[in-house]
Amino acid sequence: MASSPTAGVDGPASDALLSIGKFFSRWEESDDGRLVFRKGGRAGDVFYRDRWSHDKVVRSTHGVNCTGSCSWKVYVRDGIITWESQQTDYPSPGSDRPDYEPRGCPRGAAFSWYTYSPTRVRYPYARGVLLEMYREAKQRLKDPVLAWADVVTDPERRRRYQQARGKGGLVRVSWQEAVEMIAAAHVHTIKTYGPDRCSGFSPIPAMSMVSHCVGTRFTQLIGGVMTSFYDWYADLPVASPQVFGDQTDVPESGDWWDATYLMMWGSNVPVTRTPDAHWMAEVRYRGTKVVTVSPDYADNTKFADEWLPAQAGTDAALAMAMTHVILKEYFVDRRVPFFVDYVRQYTDLPFLITLTEAPVSDAAPHGGLVPGKFLTAADLAADPSQAAPEDAWKTVLLDAATGQPKVPNGSMGFRYAESGEGQWNLDLGDVVPALSLRDAKVAEETAEVLLPHFADEEGEGGVLRRGVPVTRINGKLVTTVFDLMLAQHGVGRPGLPGEWPTGYDDASSPYTPAWQAEITSVPAEACIRIAREFATNSEDSEGRSMIIMGAGICQWFHADATYRAILSMLILTGAMGRNGGGWAHYVGQEKCRPITGWISLANGLDWSRPPRTMIGTAYWYMHTDQWRFDGYAADALASPLAEGNLTGMHTADTIAQSTRLGWMPFYPQFDVNPLDLADDARAAVDAGTAETPSAYVAQQLADGKIKPSIADIDAPENWPRTLVLWRSNLMGSSAKGNEYFLKYLLGTHSNLAAEEGAADIRPKDVTWREDAPEGKLDLLLSADFRMTSTTLLSDIVLPAATWYEKNDLSSTDMHPFVHAFSPAIDPPWEAKSDFDAFHLIAQELSRQAKTHLGTRHDLVAVPVQHDTPGETAQPGGVVRDWARGDVAPIPGKTMPVLQIVERDYTAIADKLATVGPLADKLGFTVKNVTFPMADEVDRLGRTNGVMLGGAGDGRPAIDTDVKLAEAILAFSGTTNGELATAGFKALEKRVGKHLHDLSEGSEEKRITFPMTQSSPQPVITSPEWSGSETGGRRYAPFTVNVERLKPWHTLTGRMHFFLDHDWMRDLGETMPTYRPPLDMHKLFGEPQIGPDGAKQVVVRYLTPHSKWSIHSEYQDNLFMLSLSRGGPTVWMSPADAESIGVADNDWVECDNANGVLVGRAIVSHRMPVGVVYVHHAQERTIDVPKSEKTGRRGGIHNSVTRLLVKPTHLIGGYAQLSYTFNYLGPTGNQRDHVATIRRRSQEVQY
Amino acid sequence: MAQMGMVMNLDKCIGCHTCSVTCKQAWTNRSGTEYVWFNNVETRPGQGYPRRYEDQDKWKGGWTLNRRGRLQLRTGPRWKRLLGIFASPIQPELKDYYEPWTYDYHALIDAPLGDDFPVARPKSLITGEDMKVTWSANWDDDLGGTTEMGHLDPIVAKVRQESNEKIKFEFEKTFMFYLPRICEHCLNPACMASCPSGAIYKRSEDGIVLVDQDKCRGWRQCMTGCPYKKIYFNHKTGKAEKCTFCYPRVEVGLPTVCSETCVGRLRYLGLFLYDADAVTAAAATKDEKQLYQAHLDVILDPNDPEVIANARQQGIPADWLDAARRSPVYALAKKYKVALPLHPEYRTMPMVWYIPPLSPIVDLLRDQGHDAEEAGVLFGALRELRIPVEYLAELFTAGDTAQIDRVLSILAAMRAYMRNVTLGRPADESIATAVGMTGTEIREMYRLLAIAKYDERY
Repeated sequence: MASSPTAGVDGPASDALLSIGKFFSRWEESDDGRLVFRKGGRAGDVFYRDRWSHDKVVRSTHGVNCTGSCSWKVYVRDGIITWESQQTDYPSPGSDRPDYEPRGCPRGAAFSWYTYSPTRVRYPYARGVLLEMYREAKQRLKDPVLAWADVVTDPERRRRYQQARGKGGLVRVSWQEAVEMIAAAHVHTIKTYGPDRCSGFSPIPAMSMVSHCVGTRFTQLIGGVMTSFYDWYADLPVASPQVFGDQTDVPESGDWWDATYLMMWGSNVPVTRTPDAHWMAEVRYRGTKVVTVSPDYADNTKFADEWLPAQAGTDAALAMAMTHVILKEYFVDRRVPFFVDYVRQYTDLPFLITLTEAPVSDAAPHGGLVPGKFLTAADLAADPSQAAPEDAWKTVLLDAATGQPKVPNGSMGFRYAESGEGQWNLDLGDVVPALSLRDAKVAEETAEVLLPHFADEEGEGGVLRRGVPVTRINGKLVTTVFDLMLAQHGVGRPGLPGEWPTGYDDASSPYTPAWQAEITSVPAEACIRIAREFATNSEDSEGRSMIIMGAGICQWFHADATYRAILSMLILTGAMGRNGGGWAHYVGQEKCRPITGWISLANGLDWSRPPRTMIGTAYWYMHTDQWRFDGYAADALASPLAEGNLTGMHTADTIAQSTRLGWMPFYPQFDVNPLDLADDARAAVDAGTAETPSAYVAQQLADGKIKPSIADIDAPENWPRTLVLWRSNLMGSSAKGNEYFLKYLLGTHSNLAAEEGAADIRPKDVTWREDAPEGKLDLLLSADFRMTSTTLLSDIVLPAATWYEKNDLSSTDMHPFVHAFSPAIDPPWEAKSDFDAFHLIAQELSRQAKTHLGTRHDLVAVPVQHDTPGETAQPGGVVRDWARGDVAPIPGKTMPVLQIVERDYTAIADKLATVGPLADKLGFTVKNVTFPMADEVDRLGRTNGVMLGGAGDGRPAIDTDVKLAEAILAFSGTTNGELATAGFKALEKRVGKHLHDLSEGSEEKRITFPMTQSSPQPVITSPEWSGSETGGRRYAPFTVNVERLKPWHTLTGRMHFFLDHDWMRDLGETMPTYRPPLDMHKLFGEPQIGPDGAKQVVVRYLTPHSKWSIHSEYQDNLFMLSLSRGGPTVWMSPADAESIGVADNDWVECDNANGVLVGRAIVSHRMPVGVVYVHHAQERTIDVPKSEKTGRRGGIHNSVTRLLVKPTHLIGGYAQLSYTFNYLGPTGNQRDHVATIRRRSQEVQY
Repeated sequence: MAQMGMVMNLDKCIGCHTCSVTCKQAWTNRSGTEYVWFNNVETRPGQGYPRRYEDQDKWKGGWTLNRRGRLQLRTGPRWKRLLGIFASPIQPELKDYYEPWTYDYHALIDAPLGDDFPVARPKSLITGEDMKVTWSANWDDDLGGTTEMGHLDPIVAKVRQESNEKIKFEFEKTFMFYLPRICEHCLNPACMASCPSGAIYKRSEDGIVLVDQDKCRGWRQCMTGCPYKKIYFNHKTGKAEKCTFCYPRVEVGLPTVCSETCVGRLRYLGLFLYDADAVTAAAATKDEKQLYQAHLDVILDPNDPEVIANARQQGIPADWLDAARRSPVYALAKKYKVALPLHPEYRTMPMVWYIPPLSPIVDLLRDQGHDAEEAGVLFGALRELRIPVEYLAELFTAGDTAQIDRVLSILAAMRAYMRNVTLGRPADESIATAVGMTGTEIREMYRLLAIAKYDERY
């Protein structure tokens, strides 16, 4: 090696000097002495080589609510978990597509830190004060149940331990003693108040199905109540059941790759869908345009070709205007055949709506016509009383060719009735539906209709007068949904009366591009252009325009309206039910792919039916007494054209009515113990004074002899008494109105400063007690592996095994695989898996029950349910209240279903550990498809073995986590091909279309637990879901509906633009619309948004998901804290910061009447003015000082929020607007809140 | 000689920091290295980790040319440094990295009954005292605090010197991207040249630069020498430590931890063949803007029979030459020329290269009503990038914006070309020609960048 004269280092002197060094050590180097080369494998390398060594690598995953469902390698050395890295062995989606490897994120990568961290819960703990009192009583009374009762029924002692909640003083107890107290609390509650006073909460089964299943199963076997999570988290897009009749079904992320136009609307994909973000980044290289809609410069904007920074909460205005453009240019100016053919077949647009007279009101001083209800086959009958009952559920359209009304197949009237067999499909035959009345040869008139809008900032509401073509059928004035949609969106056509926009630039007329610009700040030109690109792309690519939607728009009070506005764009352009097209809603890991096995076993349907499931939002809203603090009545949100169904009602009244009418569940159900009620009912039947137990109870209710619990919610007999939390951190994460929880449910200190609602807006159907009770719960139990806000508040804390210490199953909507958790090590210290913990509790409860409970009967009240014949209970969507004398109280029809269930409390442990006989007898039913289970139960008995003796004698064993996992897999179509095909064959009978080829050939395929441990297993196409993976295609929802003409589970059997229920009409939301964020100034007296000039600024308080945590998980993890700001933060704009003199990293306080949060400011120009981001689930455990305002510990993020219940989410008993657990219910939305931000003293106290 | 190299496609980086965490868990999760992140990810604009490491006027890292035009460490001639060996070197202090901390987590479990929620307060891992957290390994993530501190980014300062209009920290003009960083495993490592003990060496078979833990005497001159500040001082052992390119994994055919765990799928690993004799001359190229080309010239064509013959002669095994031919990093760096070295002006000839971020590209055109996918518009829009081309040029081409334009044009052309293919329309070969490529080359590059199969990334 020769160096050129100039190309050496330094100079000759230096070279000489350096060469001296070579006397001391020899190595191979470049001639200029600059480079040292050595061959590998020398002693110097040993340190790192040694560090990279391990004894085994185990496959597991993270049971965290994030939709990731990433498979990981866990490295173990000397019996110690060292670290983790991602598995890369996902089956490939194909050679011309990216793969799913590697899936993971920094949070998951940091998980093993928890295993040995100082925040690990190593032993069972109990609150010292409680424990002492319990021990004393036990010593005295010699019986755990009597001892528990002795403590909790003494107001003074009860108060003492309740007030100690959250204040330290936890002491170690043995598992034996902990379990004894837990069982005693349950036995005492069941005996004294009834099993429906025992509740449990554990979210997101898909993130660890076995762990969820075992505790839920325990709760249901004892007759307890499981509260929901999907709606409670406001992750449920209520628009999904409203529009699709489906909880939520979405494409796997691999299907983003099929999109040729991709919008991300309120979904910050890199942060919240970290392992899937690459599909979005990569699809751009195929030429796919990417557009983001986000109020801040969100992380995903880095990838966006265009960024539409719509003001927070105004997204529906933008979507309405885009739909305006699409309707005008693609349906009126030009009719795109691809779009028109699609909406005729798959949507309610051609269906006929009656027009009715609006009541005279301020908004309609001279009355006028308003859209009424769907015209049904019953309306066509010459004598409606002679119509078949199902005719009221058959919607009507016009045949374009003949102008005659037609009753096409596929509506709800064909779904359950015997007459509909083989006709529940979307086959239109020769009929070409008239999209507009103008498409049919009918005697056309025109009419002006009144349409409500909420375009003003306060959301007060106004009335639009716009015209539609109309005709008369059987004396009824009708028009089509399509004609109404054009009117709603302000798309005029010649010859129609009414007031119309003059053009896109008409800012004064709602839903034009110029109108939205003033609301959203997105320029009209951008709105028009993106709408055109979006639609044109769909036309060019046959529906491959996709919108990824997320929590940024889903968690507002009026999110259902926003979603419907955005879904319009997708449905009108024929993008739903397409690979690469349609909605991609990702909030919450909702998809437990082996759903039938999980849900049936979790609900204990193999032993007893029905289970008690509860809408979480209403449960907490009532039981934490947040209802007492509403500043407004339910009708404050009503349409100016409302007909008065909500007039004078408090939101609590709407819940009470919804419960009473069998729409939504509520627990506790009645003011009496349901065990005693069942005894009375059975006695009455035996005595001949009642025909059936349910008739007896209905009469008791009608006579007012028993009352719904909600009618006097604060009465001690109506309190929830035990709450079991596992796989969840309710108090540190999801509890909106956290301070209300602390004060009223738990009875401990709080930062609450709110004032109770004024006398004139208090409920009528719910008793107002002058002094609200504090401390309703007798027992708060949690199981966790780390200390959280919840464990700090719990009376008893159980040490849970981590995700690297147990067997379980994971799946997600983001990918089509099922894979395993496996123990890398045994649970250390005294930790136990949830599975083992619940079995211990069940065993002890069964033992204590021998003395205290024995076998009892339980009267269970449940609402009528979606996807059952019950959803055709209340035709027309008309409110008829038996309590007001509108109708007779008929269980299952005009009021809840009432059923008696036998409960042998001494056999709970046996039942928990075995598959019960109802499985083989009745099969398991999901979405009205019944899967026969007899063969599978038999087979499982042979693989798992059977239990001997006791109540489960001879029944298949599910007494270990692995066996329960096997049962879940064996009982689901997605993981058992034989069941999938059997399910499709059953469905074919009703649909009358060929379906079972979708899983044909997979009958032999059975995914077992060991298979999921060896590698992620692709699932089988099954009627449990709406899409198809057949032939290796990517999963997209509703492809079976579109390709096989299987109806959606809605009234018309199609996707709905129009919802005609009385409450939807009264809230002015029959059609997609824009509703601004709630005016918290008007509704709650909070200050107006903006700086006040006195060193405080009022802002919209948004709680988006964090980059450094998955909800509360990981936010206390040292790695995540080291990579971020090390504690709670408040992101704010430079202008807002300046207005209150705040510099980056200054301590600030955010408060309103609900509570206060203390954190440090992050000032960044990526934030818009008037908005702060307090990232979701920043707990009070890490670096949270005392609040200057209250002198108490500030936080959590939900201290500053509270629940706001939207009445229309409570509708039930009406086709797709019917209850199913986690499927429909009021959302625990929290985005509409405002808070005041102040710079506080920088000297903080802890 | 052979050199392991890495290419990171910044266009795909989502800034998730998974690489940082998996690396730290595997390598520096121990006492003495609490503050150490062999792999870190920086939000740009931003100060980086350690703070302002790119300010070589202050930190004196890398090489300069002396009056003779010979390479000289920025700290001065070697004899001078040897004489000053016992003096404290110029190097970042803990406050420039960050003071690592933990929390008194145990308080959550142990707290006696009191009158409020127990809380875990931050405690310094250095002093054990209570502290207020004021800086972290990634403080300005996602532009946190950038309004106040962004001007401290040396590149921001430099670009603003030319025009104040180029970078404004205003809502409408927001831009950001992420820069993941590991040791560059340079061909001309300044750390090695700085080490008085000869403890730093470059492995002859793969070019990985290592610190011999037995030989290191803790002089810390290497920390000064490295302009990327990718050598760290273990305050427990008193020795220097650095990224090892995961040699215990690479040796058995596994990708580095940071690569395999990259969920953005943006890291490529592979072998380069290079002319070791030409390194010094190339590093001494006078014009900074020509350093990139000089660096490219040092990298040899693995398909060239002469190169193969020479390599065989040097004892490079046949399977290594195979690997060099299939090397994705070679393809991205030299075949498609879309990857660029980080700060070539430091003259260390770094071997971790980057594809600059393309997007967002068209949103500033919204007022003009262009069709965003039309190829001509895409090219025209490059100068309107949210991310100023000047900023990228300061990172990757010593300020030569033409090279950045060229790379971004290729990426834009790929998108425009592939859209037709995706929609089943006839391919427009003129798009490929416009950037000096063929349609086949575009498709091949697309496969590497978009499909990016595991076996093709590593």
